[in-house]
Amino acid sequence: MTVLFDGVASGMLLFLISVGLSVTLGLMNFVNLAHGAFAMVGGYLCVSLLNRVGVPFLAALPLAAVLTALAGVVLERTLYRRLYTATHLDQVLFSIGLVFMSIASAQFLFGAQQQPLTLPDFLRGQISLPGLDMGAYRLFLILLSLVIAFGLQRLVGGTRFGAELRASVDNPRAARGVGINVERVFTLTFALGTALAGLGGALGVEMLGLDPSFPVKYIVYFLIVVAVGGSGNITGSLVASLILGVLDVAGKYYVPQIGAFVIYAVMVVMLIFRPQGLFGRRAAR
Amino acid sequence: MDYALQTRNLAKNFGGFTATNNVSLNIEAGARHALIGPNGAGKTTLINLLTGFLEPTAGRVILQGEDVTRLGQHQRVKRGLARTFQINRLFADLTVLESVTMAVNERLGVGARFWKPVGAHHQAVDEAVALLDSLRLLDVAHATTRSLAYGKQRLIEIALALAMKPRVLLLDEPAAGVPTTESRELFESIAALPRDVTILLIEHDMDLVFRFADRISVLVGGALLTHGTPEVIASDPKVREVYLGEAICA
Amino acid sequence: MSLATFDLSPLRRADRWHPAELAFWLLPVAAYLVFPDNLVLLTQIAITALFCLSLDLILGYAGIVSLGHAAFFGFGAYAAGLLAANGIGDPLAGLAVAALASAALGFVTSFLVLRGSDLTRLMVTLGIAMMLYEVANKLTDLTGGVDGLQGIEMTPLLGRFSFDLYGKTAYWYAVAVLFLLFWAARRLVHSPFGLSLKGIRLNVARMPAIGAPVNARLSAIYTIGAAYAGIAGALLAQTTQFVALDVLSFNRSAELMLILVLGGSGSLYGAVIGTIVFMSAHHVLSDMNPEYWQFWLGALLVLVVLFARDGVMGSVRRLSHAAGGRRKGER
Repeated sequence: MTVLFDGVASGMLLFLISVGLSVTLGLMNFVNLAHGAFAMVGGYLCVSLLNRVGVPFLAALPLAAVLTALAGVVLERTLYRRLYTATHLDQVLFSIGLVFMSIASAQFLFGAQQQPLTLPDFLRGQISLPGLDMGAYRLFLILLSLVIAFGLQRLVGGTRFGAELRASVDNPRAARGVGINVERVFTLTFALGTALAGLGGALGVEMLGLDPSFPVKYIVYFLIVVAVGGSGNITGSLVASLILGVLDVAGKYYVPQIGAFVIYAVMVVMLIFRPQGLFGRRAAR
Repeated sequence: MDYALQTRNLAKNFGGFTATNNVSLNIEAGARHALIGPNGAGKTTLINLLTGFLEPTAGRVILQGEDVTRLGQHQRVKRGLARTFQINRLFADLTVLESVTMAVNERLGVGARFWKPVGAHHQAVDEAVALLDSLRLLDVAHATTRSLAYGKQRLIEIALALAMKPRVLLLDEPAAGVPTTESRELFESIAALPRDVTILLIEHDMDLVFRFADRISVLVGGALLTHGTPEVIASDPKVREVYLGEAICA
Repeated sequence: MSLATFDLSPLRRADRWHPAELAFWLLPVAAYLVFPDNLVLLTQIAITALFCLSLDLILGYAGIVSLGHAAFFGFGAYAAGLLAANGIGDPLAGLAVAALASAALGFVTSFLVLRGSDLTRLMVTLGIAMMLYEVANKLTDLTGGVDGLQGIEMTPLLGRFSFDLYGKTAYWYAVAVLFLLFWAARRLVHSPFGLSLKGIRLNVARMPAIGAPVNARLSAIYTIGAAYAGIAGALLAQTTQFVALDVLSFNRSAELMLILVLGGSGSLYGAVIGTIVFMSAHHVLSDMNPEYWQFWLGALLVLVVLFARDGVMGSVRRLSHAAGGRRKGER
């Protein structure tokens, strides 16, 4: 049971980070391998705010998300938008370039070591039920992610902004024709995706660790979530993240000698048999 | 009667939309057969089903007596079925001669030779040159495809199909986008093809159709409305009804 | 223009060796004479150039995108390394085994890779490479895991030239293999097969309509590219007598892509020139802080994608085109 619980917690974390990738990939058709770099930025921001400035943890989280989103917006407006119509290969090369730059910068600013993070007291304890030990932090993580997942679903499915986003993606020209500012919608969406990555990165310091190799180490996990969940699909991402989180934790716990092999195999098999993902509709455009 | 190409109850659905509805078509060997119908009648979809570009939902395609429904595009091409596309699908960075030589290579079965250079396969090169000559394209043979005007590119589209030495040739609006003077020339080259090549033509210009075709089938809403000789079709009240709008526009 | 006066020579001459090419292949000799103390680096350049050449064949000519080409490099390296570590130290036998092993892997995986769109291909190739990495990481008994594969003993090349301390044999060995395989690749791209690959890259939808079996062709070039990469990996294992786990790493695949883009894809020479530029720059700049190197590498990649998508060879082509145009006064 504890393994299952930890798996769910790490799955939720995966969801938070990868849902932004799912949105940029599925809705905006941009292969952003630098997504993990934004998560890393969020992580470093959070740690710096906590340890150097002395901001309390609960305030550092939204700050990290907002600051990461700002960085995302700047990059989107200056660089990313030039490549919306480029080939996937160019997008990949471009974002790998960003990843390399982010790794080097992180190493330069913070060094190669893991970053320490001290959680506030109320998130540190354990809640023990018969047969189940719940870390308070993991419980916090699960609840917070559920709230965000619900909010996202509402945002895309039930608001004017969501409708504009779906229209912009389905047919940018027609959307422009009915007066939607497609560029602004894309910028906001990109900002939202990076904000979530930043938040996920900040929350993940405790569980995933944080060092300069973060963007490369976890990018495959994020891609798997998108591949399995179907790109652009929020519910799909959530379910895929949970499956992956539980499989990963259980795999490391019960059959450590196989390691991450299973995860990669699952991804390849998925891509081959259901390229549109478990819950996917066909990718936009 | 000898048929070059037949379909049996051919159907294609996209989701809930029926693009091709129970079409049974018989095209006689050596015919100059035209397929007409208003926009959205499913003419290109039918061509795509015939060539294997799309898989049918139901029904069969029979090429010179052989059921080819399960065969891929390139296998049907090997059996003598070639096509042109409504919108050019060319090789922008290759020269005209390279493009056509590549097509001839495939027909001669030397397309996978990987040691001797292209220019050393004399039979293919000579044939490509002769084909370009017959379409009066020799003076642009060494120009890249992208550098040519649309009308010329349209001729390359046809050259690529002719390089297959087809028994059955499907022409999907060959004159689309070509200036009137050039389209006349283009149709002269098509009309000059040997009589034993069967041609199925999709065309909007009714003048061209009635001058060129000896059989006409009319497709409406994915289904075959009627077929017959040009005289029969011209006097058919059902066809007039369908075409009334378009005839006025034209 | 009539049939009788038609000039076929532009097509016939396409595969002739240009004098500049012959001069280019004197560079290895010059490098040997000018930098006799840097033979290890020069050997690495030759090996990486061969590896990059293999990516150019599948990406530059056939248009198959891959984020996991290191899979074949590493597979070949381990194949040759294991062979030599188990008593069969003949270099050429090692190359043959590595080529066959990687080609087999390439052939089998080609069916998985070719199914999808570009995006699926990127992720499937990445996934396959990561799987191999994990396997090599976990099979410590066989591969040595993170400690690397050791105990590789090479017998003299052709029974005569033993691998010396200065790396002279290794250098000429790597250069000779690179040249031979480059020559073969050059024949291949000028052949009907090579032409059909360009056709597939330029307009994949048209190819079946001219009777070309697209998947068979792609499968074939993917297998050949894998064999080339395997031979490059084997050369690395043999000349360094060591196989590190990072032969399979994502970084190696990504870096290779960068080298090819830098040099310009689809010309064979772009792969070699890109490697020379990249590795030399790496050598010079990594004397500075290695982190800076990675930063500038990333920045370079971003700039190349945004502003110079056709790489060094593209610039060369534009320049020579301009010069040629002026000479002939036409075009």
